[in-house]
Amino acid sequence: MSGRLAALCSAASDVLAAAGTSVSLMTDTGVLGVAASSDPVADSLGALQFTLGEGPCIDAYSSQRPVLVTDLSGEASQRWPGFAPAAAALGLGAVFVFPLQVGAARLGALTVLRRTPGGLSGTSAGLALAVADVAVEILLDGQGTVDTGQESGGLDDVLGGQYLVYQAQGMTMVDLQVPLVEALARLRAFAFAQERPLDDVARDIVEGRLRLDPQML
Amino acid sequence: MPQVAPDRLAEVFVEVADTLVADFDVIEFLQMITRRTRELVAVTAVGLLLDDGRGRLQVMAASNEETRLLELFQLQHNEGPCLDAFTSGTAIINADLALAARRWPTFAPRATAVGFRSVHALPLRLRATVIGALNLFGGQTGVLDAADVRIVQALADVATIGLLQEQAIRHREVLTEQLQHALNSRVVIEQAKGALARVHDVTVDESFELLRSYARNHNRKLVELARLVVTSPESVPDLVPHLMD
Repeated sequence: MSGRLAALCSAASDVLAAAGTSVSLMTDTGVLGVAASSDPVADSLGALQFTLGEGPCIDAYSSQRPVLVTDLSGEASQRWPGFAPAAAALGLGAVFVFPLQVGAARLGALTVLRRTPGGLSGTSAGLALAVADVAVEILLDGQGTVDTGQESGGLDDVLGGQYLVYQAQGMTMVDLQVPLVEALARLRAFAFAQERPLDDVARDIVEGRLRLDPQML
Repeated sequence: MPQVAPDRLAEVFVEVADTLVADFDVIEFLQMITRRTRELVAVTAVGLLLDDGRGRLQVMAASNEETRLLELFQLQHNEGPCLDAFTSGTAIINADLALAARRWPTFAPRATAVGFRSVHALPLRLRATVIGALNLFGGQTGVLDAADVRIVQALADVATIGLLQEQAIRHREVLTEQLQHALNSRVVIEQAKGALARVHDVTVDESFELLRSYARNHNRKLVELARLVVTSPESVPDLVPHLMD
């Protein structure tokens, strides 16, 4: 999993013209760590937030919204008195963090760093969101009891925006009696093992034709 | 098209103003907008869709939260009046579905099959940026006159302002933050619908009603409640009994 995430971070840095990109893993009780990064600076800034207990990753994760800081020398230093100067000292001017989440299933955060202050264009934001979607899929694949071991099926699988998939996630959580994040992972693994698109499986679940149980997986 | 009584319209705007305070529930607000739009211009169904930032339109709220209608709104991420209004930035008014099969070969027949005759879509716009679309379906053709369109446009503008919670959003970044948060909130609701449907052995449409009435009766915000249902169900035992035994 971390190999795929590292590759994703490197690719993301390229397409986003970023100084660095990292994926951090988090839970409600705190930050777990940097799962992967494109370079040492991104890595150390990710780790720093865990040490300090403050930073844009933590805010993005807990507020469930992106934290897009166009200028680290602005009010960011009041918001994160430890993190902001440290990031600036490492030569960074802007940081854009996207929570890695599917509804209430929260996994961590994607951080994109830039050397110069400035906004995030609509195109770049769209790219970053797409990268975040892929990161979510990689993390879910790495979650669980079933090792798919192969490339994820594409952005549409978990985050195609089909409400049926989200409803099926809630149903699977109840059917399997597991936490939501695990339900997402198991649903995904099941669809993969059945060689069916996730939307199809979700439709069967929501329309009452299918109910996952632990024996199936 | 009967004239909308001025006091009826005023009522709606008071209701809207009441909800535009800090910490409001964005999904409930948007649902209220869609329901009020439906009432004020006497159409059959109204839906509100947003750009998810990845190039797709996602349903955020509907006047009738029924699965068959959600499907009809949702399938417009590929084709349909919402997509057209969204990409062009101009409104589509009084489109006759019976004559629209060439324009929308997948969407038009499906909408007709559900029983609709006309469709309308208005872009949700913040200055030069279109963030989504407001979609109306009517049981007859030609239902919206110029006065209706002005009302619907006003409601669309209010929806946009309420959604963004800041009249003078200067930075694209704030827009992105706000919209992504709202979109994710909708996902939480869908997840909770599924979980409750299983727990109570009802349809997702029925489970949504359970969620909504519980939120209302216990004075909770819809999205917060939905989040509890799927992350800490033990905190709402009378809504989610014995979820995780």
